[in-house]
Amino acid sequence: MTLDALTARLAVEAEDAGLLDVAFTTVDTPVGPLLLAATTEGLVRVAYANEDHDAVLQTLADRISPRVLRAPARLDAALRQLDEYFAGRRTAFDLPLDLRLSAGFRRDVLTHLREVAYGTTASYAALAAAAGSPRAVRAVGTACATNPLPVVVPCHRVVRSDGALGNYVGGVVAKRALLDLEAAA
Amino acid sequence: MRLEPFEAVVRRHGPAVLRVCRAVVGPDAADDAWSETFLAALRAYPELPPGSNVEAWLVRIAQRKAVDQLRAAARRAVPVAEPPDVPSALGLPGQDDGELWTALAALPDRQRQAVAYHHLAGLPYAEIAALVGGTPEAARRAAADGVAALRRTYRGDLP
Repeated sequence: MTLDALTARLAVEAEDAGLLDVAFTTVDTPVGPLLLAATTEGLVRVAYANEDHDAVLQTLADRISPRVLRAPARLDAALRQLDEYFAGRRTAFDLPLDLRLSAGFRRDVLTHLREVAYGTTASYAALAAAAGSPRAVRAVGTACATNPLPVVVPCHRVVRSDGALGNYVGGVVAKRALLDLEAAA
Repeated sequence: MRLEPFEAVVRRHGPAVLRVCRAVVGPDAADDAWSETFLAALRAYPELPPGSNVEAWLVRIAQRKAVDQLRAAARRAVPVAEPPDVPSALGLPGQDDGELWTALAALPDRQRQAVAYHHLAGLPYAEIAALVGGTPEAARRAAADGVAALRRTYRGDLP
């Protein structure tokens, strides 16, 4: 067997033995390569290339468990739904999510982000109001910037009240691309 | 100090551990020995003290798995005329790997392990002695005798 085949077999055996705490894979998309990672509870991380995938994996090892292996099988459903989303055939993700990398107010903001409908946008101020802290506009910005599940939890749909795009964890080009994709579908 | 993602451990040390497994249990059983080694390592990994010598730790686990396999093979007592040649894409030394593995397999256990752990895994003799028993001097002698035997039986280039 080649080393690649042995490594793939190890991932399957680790999953069967209950030793795979974090499974990950990478996928090419119209907004660049994304890293997807899942715990046994659900999708825990989506990362753009500009976040440095090796650094992201190290953070997952630090914060969740160092038992991290490339194991695409656990991410089958996420891969399929992302494919459909980027093809314009899916407007909502239906995946178990593990929000443990986000806590407190930031986590509240993520919950409200999931209520911003496909093809629409909301302002940082509106998100702050929805989260019950109308004056926490900057904190909403931080919550979006640190969203551990971009694309799937749609922080790209949050824009500035003056109509400007605002920042994005995956870069402004990616944000524009996602909003254009949703507008065209 | 932090533990790396296990994926990085497999990537960095997987090739060396596979060479050791091939040398110690032969190319046939090496895949299973490798899988068992890394599965056991994955189980214990979160408890590994940061800063440990990861390769030496993996080789210790591989040694236990190899001993298990050799014992199981002895119990089954299936005679094999000669290990088959297995093509390798792993950049092993020399072009005639099959012959080298055959020559290695013909060595006594002590010599084969000493050669594998010293020349393939790069462990110092003191660590090899701790692994397989005996003194560092005996491990050094076994490795030297093993290499000398290989020079007689194996016609390819030795590093």
